[in-house]
Order: sequence, then C-alpha cells, then structure tokens
Amino acid sequence: MAILEVSRIEKRFGDVQVLRDISFTLDKGQSLAVIGSSGSGKTTLLRCLNFLERPDSGTIAVGGRTLFDAADPAARSEEQIRRSRLHFGLVFQSFNLFPQYTALENVMLARTLLAKEAPDYKSRRREITEAIRQQAVDLLTQVGLQNRLDSYPHQLSGGQQQRVAIARALALEPDILCFDEPTSALDPELTGEVLKVIRSLAERNTTMIIVTHEMGFARDVADQIIFMDEGVIVEQGPSEQVIGSPREERTRQFLRRFNQE
Amino acid sequence: MVSFWSVTASLATGLITTGKLFFLTLVFALPLGLIICFGSMSRFPPLRGLVKTAVWIVRGSPLMLQILIVYYGPGLLLGLPLLPRFTAALVTFVINYACYFSEIYRGGIQSIPRGQYEAGQVLGMRRSQIFFRVTLLQLVKRIVPPMGNEMITLVKDTALVRVISVYEIIWMGESFIRKGMMWPLFYTAVFYLAVNGLLTLLLGWFEKKLSYFK
Repeated sequence: MAILEVSRIEKRFGDVQVLRDISFTLDKGQSLAVIGSSGSGKTTLLRCLNFLERPDSGTIAVGGRTLFDAADPAARSEEQIRRSRLHFGLVFQSFNLFPQYTALENVMLARTLLAKEAPDYKSRRREITEAIRQQAVDLLTQVGLQNRLDSYPHQLSGGQQQRVAIARALALEPDILCFDEPTSALDPELTGEVLKVIRSLAERNTTMIIVTHEMGFARDVADQIIFMDEGVIVEQGPSEQVIGSPREERTRQFLRRFNQE
Repeated sequence: MVSFWSVTASLATGLITTGKLFFLTLVFALPLGLIICFGSMSRFPPLRGLVKTAVWIVRGSPLMLQILIVYYGPGLLLGLPLLPRFTAALVTFVINYACYFSEIYRGGIQSIPRGQYEAGQVLGMRRSQIFFRVTLLQLVKRIVPPMGNEMITLVKDTALVRVISVYEIIWMGESFIRKGMMWPLFYTAVFYLAVNGLLTLLLGWFEKKLSYFK
C-alpha cells in the first residue's frame, strides 16, 4: 500500500519552471532513489515534500490523508504546515547540526520540545525526559556513535556529523525519511560510513527517499528509482531496471556520462 | 590647597552620573535595537524604508548635535517645557545606540546559515522555538565582539553630555582648571581606563564562556 502519494506537483521560481507535473507513489518500507544531473529539480522536490518550498499546484498525501493541496489555501497555515512536516524527516547535504548542542542534545531537542506540548508533561517530566534520552542514546548507538554522545559538532568529522543528523531525523519517527545528497559534502573516505548507515536503515525497511549521485549505491539500496531531467520525471521503475536497462534515451545518456566519469 | 582625596571624591560624583548614563543606555538600547533591527528587516517595504532612513539619520549625524536638539528642540520648536538634562541625555543616547545595535543584530542574524532555520523547521519546531533554542545563542556569540566595541565607545561618548551641563566626570575635572590645576583632568582618564579595563575583562570572560562551540 502506498504511504506517500505525490500528484501533479508544479513549482516555478520566477520564470524558471523547476518542477513539472511530478507524480509518484511510494510504498511503506520501500526506498526510492532520485537521480539526475544538477539543476534537474531533485532537491526542490525534496524541499517541497518537507514544505521548505510550497508547490504552486499539486497534492501530497501521506497514509491516505492529504497533507498539502495547492488549491486549498486554508490548509497552509503555519501550524498546519508544522504538523505536516512531522510526517517527513530530512537529512541535509550540509548536516546543519546545531553547533551549541552535543550530539545527544541535537538528537533530543525536537522530541523534547514536542513532549512539552503534552498536557501531562509537567507531572511526568523526569520520566519523559529519561525516555527521550534513552531513545537518543539508542539511535546514536545504531549509527555507531555511542562513544561520541557528548561531543559537539565541531569536534566530529563530517561523516560523524552526518550520522548524528540521521539519528536526529529518526528521533521524530517520521513516516518517510528524506536524504538530500547526504554524502556530497563529505571527503570520499567518509562517504562509506554514511552509506553504510543508510543501507542498514533500508534493511530495517525504513521508508526513504534518497537524492543521490552515488549510482552504485542507488542501484544496490533503493527499491525504486526516479530519473529526473529539467524538472520532469523522465523514467521511474525498479532500480535494477532503471540502471541496468533504461527505457528512455535521456536516462541512457545520463548513465553513460556517469559511467565515463 | 585642594587635596587628592577631594578631587577623587569630586570625580567619583561625576563617575556616578557617567555610570548611570552608561547602564541605563544599555538597558533600554539593547532591546530597542532588536526591535529596530526587526523593522529594518521587515517584509513590508514602507516600514523597512522608514526604519532604514531613521537609522541613517541617527548614525549619520553627530551625537553631540542630537543631544542639543533633544534638549532644546521641544522648548524652542514646540514651546514645551525642557526635559530634565539627564533625561534628555539618556533619551538621545538610547536612540543613538539602539540604531548602532540594530545594525549589529542585523549583521548577526544574517550571518546565521539558512540551514539552521531549515533544520529547525523540518524538525517540527515553531518559529519562536527556532529563535530561542537554535539561533539565539549563535547570534549572541557572533555579536559579542562588535557589541563590546560599541560599549567601550559608549563609556567615552558619555563625556559629550557636558554640552547640556550634565555633570559627568570630565565636567568635574575641568572645574579644577579655574583653580589652576591641570592634573585632575589627566586623572579623569584613569576613571575611563579603569571602567573600560573592567569591561574588557568582562567581555573576554563572556566570549570564553561561549567558546565551547563554533
């Protein structure tokens, strides 16, 4: 069953049409890789899903519920959008950890702020905080950083920072976890440790959308692949098929160029 | 002969006035500066234009002139009673320094990467939570050095209020010239150096406190 249904998304920045008629679905527990050259609209698509950009038209539904409908301005209040965002997690290319907090605090912060909205927070404060802390420790252990709980971001390598960022996104238990070129800002020798974490998430059937330039990784880890060019989805299908025997000439060209590099 | 101690006591009276002006200016200008800063970054162009013009006028004209206008202006132009001297001085300083502070805040806010706001947003935080829990401390860290500069300038600028006869340190020191004494004037500098020395230590300590993150 499709957990995510994206329908007819359009987005323009001034005169530039960045996304045209983007529609796709994603099943629960599946991972989707989005590939394409720079400027093809991949990142904008991801930013639309996380409501960092507002699509000009189209709808986004999660679990059968429409979260966003460009035709319905009433659904765009700030509070509504904040709630909708909780269905998605986003791991940025440049990590964007909060520098004044330790790894553990980075992972705990959003969850703690949300917990404060619960009516019984004051009376159960200690218990709730301990549960959030335990969850954060577990997540950081899961990404292999159990020894760096109290490190500040500037004391961590890029790969370690990105793994904290993944744990931070997982802490809110999003329905769909999005990655925006998660290894593009890393030195080559550090990409492996981040890809390993994402791979293990795929093995646990985490629903994911991964924008990436790592073709081999996309083929191995993703169930589905979308190839985008100039704001449109040129081809989508099972990953083996899209990478192994692409149907569209533009996909073939892109992959050929990629293999030459 | 006027003794060293009576000069000291006299300058200390001036120091109280200087200190009061310094602290009260900070107390009012620091928050007012933030409000002006939000105005100068407003998405509503007329408000932004108005605030930016006001900041340009205040920063672009002499503080001494502003003191004179605030003190004499209401009486001469509108026939209102004069403000008490100290109040007129304080009002001028608050407005003047708030404008400088607003530009420091603006620089600080604009230097915080967009990604910090976006990371907060995708984690479901409210605007106020992002401000208080994510960006505020980073902002404070960035503005401490330029704010320190302004504060040191403020300590010395307080001497300008003598143009409307507020009895601050230099006024007190100068009063001894009539008695043919030069050294009390040099002695006033000791007071400024001491205050700014303390301020420098305090700011250094605060910067160090915030050095645990980058």
